[in-house]
Amino acid sequence: MSFLSVKNLTLRLRDNRAPLLRDVSLEVSAGEVHGLVGESGAGKSMIGKAVLGILPRAVEIAGGEIWLDGVDLLALPPAARRKRVGGLAALIPQDPLTALNPSRRIGPQITDRLVDILGWKRAEAEARALDLLGEVQINDPARVMRQYPHELSGGMRQRILIASAFAAEPKLIVADEPTTALDVTVQKQILRLIAGMQARHGTALLFVTHDLGVVSKVCQSLSVLYAGRILEQSTVRDFFAAPSHPYSAALLGATPKYTDPEGSLTPVPEAIIAGLRAEIAAYDEAHHG
Amino acid sequence: MADLTDGRGAVKRRIGTRLWLAGGWLTLLLLAAVFAPLVAPQDPLAQDLFLTRLPPFWEKGAEAGYWLGTDSLGRDVLSRIIYGARLALVVALVAGSITCIIGSALGLMAGFLRGWVDLVISRLIDIWMAFPPVLFSILLIAVIGPGLHSIILAIVIIDWTRFARVIRAEAMAQGAMDYVASAQVAGRGRIGTMLREILPNVLPTIVVLLTLEMGIAVIVEAILSFVNLSISTDDPTWGGMIAEGRASVYQAWWVLVFPLITLFLTVLAFSQLGEGLKDRFDPVLR
Repeated sequence: MSFLSVKNLTLRLRDNRAPLLRDVSLEVSAGEVHGLVGESGAGKSMIGKAVLGILPRAVEIAGGEIWLDGVDLLALPPAARRKRVGGLAALIPQDPLTALNPSRRIGPQITDRLVDILGWKRAEAEARALDLLGEVQINDPARVMRQYPHELSGGMRQRILIASAFAAEPKLIVADEPTTALDVTVQKQILRLIAGMQARHGTALLFVTHDLGVVSKVCQSLSVLYAGRILEQSTVRDFFAAPSHPYSAALLGATPKYTDPEGSLTPVPEAIIAGLRAEIAAYDEAHHG
Repeated sequence: MADLTDGRGAVKRRIGTRLWLAGGWLTLLLLAAVFAPLVAPQDPLAQDLFLTRLPPFWEKGAEAGYWLGTDSLGRDVLSRIIYGARLALVVALVAGSITCIIGSALGLMAGFLRGWVDLVISRLIDIWMAFPPVLFSILLIAVIGPGLHSIILAIVIIDWTRFARVIRAEAMAQGAMDYVASAQVAGRGRIGTMLREILPNVLPTIVVLLTLEMGIAVIVEAILSFVNLSISTDDPTWGGMIAEGRASVYQAWWVLVFPLITLFLTVLAFSQLGEGLKDRFDPVLR
């Protein structure tokens, strides 16, 4: 039994019922790192948000199931669902600049959740936060705990968010493009940090990214999305050896090569895109008349 | 590694001249109002028909003890300004605070909870703002009768939309931030998120609006006294003084000008206080 199992999840806009995810299914076992890749707007972030219950107000769930540790989250009432997700899952958000509350000190932002929601003792929670800040290589964690977010750099803040995500020992973490907002040199460190933390804590990770290079380094399996449809699911090893869907192959081909810096960038061929569009249109036709 | 904080934490802001001047004037006014019986040189209600329209102290014909002159009934202008400050400040503080609490609470709920709550509150704001405010307040007082309570009630009823509108927009912007999503993933409920995460971030704006509102309350009170709809006509009010001074401006300009200057400085001081406090309060600017 997979730890996280999304079955036929369909999301659409509340207003005009435009579909955002079309019958998406995926499985993540305990301790596995699963990559969600696709272009902007493919719906990869939406999967993570649906799992965590933080979909934007404009989006509604039109069908499907989300099983987390043997319970269908969508069948739970909101309060129970929040509690269940809060105990089992956490988020590493995309933009470290807006992901910490600017008017509160770092310490309470990490410990509040442990104390208020999981019922830890304040002292225990603080010790835990200090440990974790040390683990994400922050010097002088005691001082950082007393600082405000604006006093810290983007990289520091992302480290804090990572520490905070691991604080309650969740079984699943959704990392929503955790390195996109950072500059390239910091990206590498953060990536290594997340991979290391994941391995040490044995947490399952749903890793949302548009960067296949990142997937090859961090993930064990992946799903390729296009326009809310999953085109291909496989292990990272198989995928990079021989992608099965022509779009995946084209995506791989479009990745700039480190070994060939002069080589021109190859876009995904028009024919493949046209084929995908037709496929999606046919799907919509079949499902919504 | 410690250098990664690049000294942002070490920056301390000085209390600006603005804050000093605004705070200074308001403190002075507050002290004068509280200790009015001690500091006012004359009885503000005492009429003396032998001492009518005395000019301020630097002009010829001034009397000692009547620093800013007297009005056409021989009442001391300075003493009346000082006593008038009592009403002005009570209205500013009480009406400003109540308006702030009600307006901010509604704005916060509309902006963060959205849905039907927002729908109801937003429509209410739209409808409310279609009323011309001064006319509305005059009508209101005419219906419920003049008096301190009526003035405060009128200001609250008219001005809550100022807070509601701005705080709603701020709460909406804050609600879209990732830290709100994180709080919700962590299991915090809607109301908890609103109070613990959103409120502290809109507080600087609330403070600025509050001080602005206090200035506006002073003006509204002056307008109502000007049209004689404030408290009982015996007690000195700035608006009432301005109304009386207008009648005799060619014979005794000081009766009009001094309350006007006081009113102007007070409203200005409130708004500047807000700006100054914002700089101090906002952790991002701090």
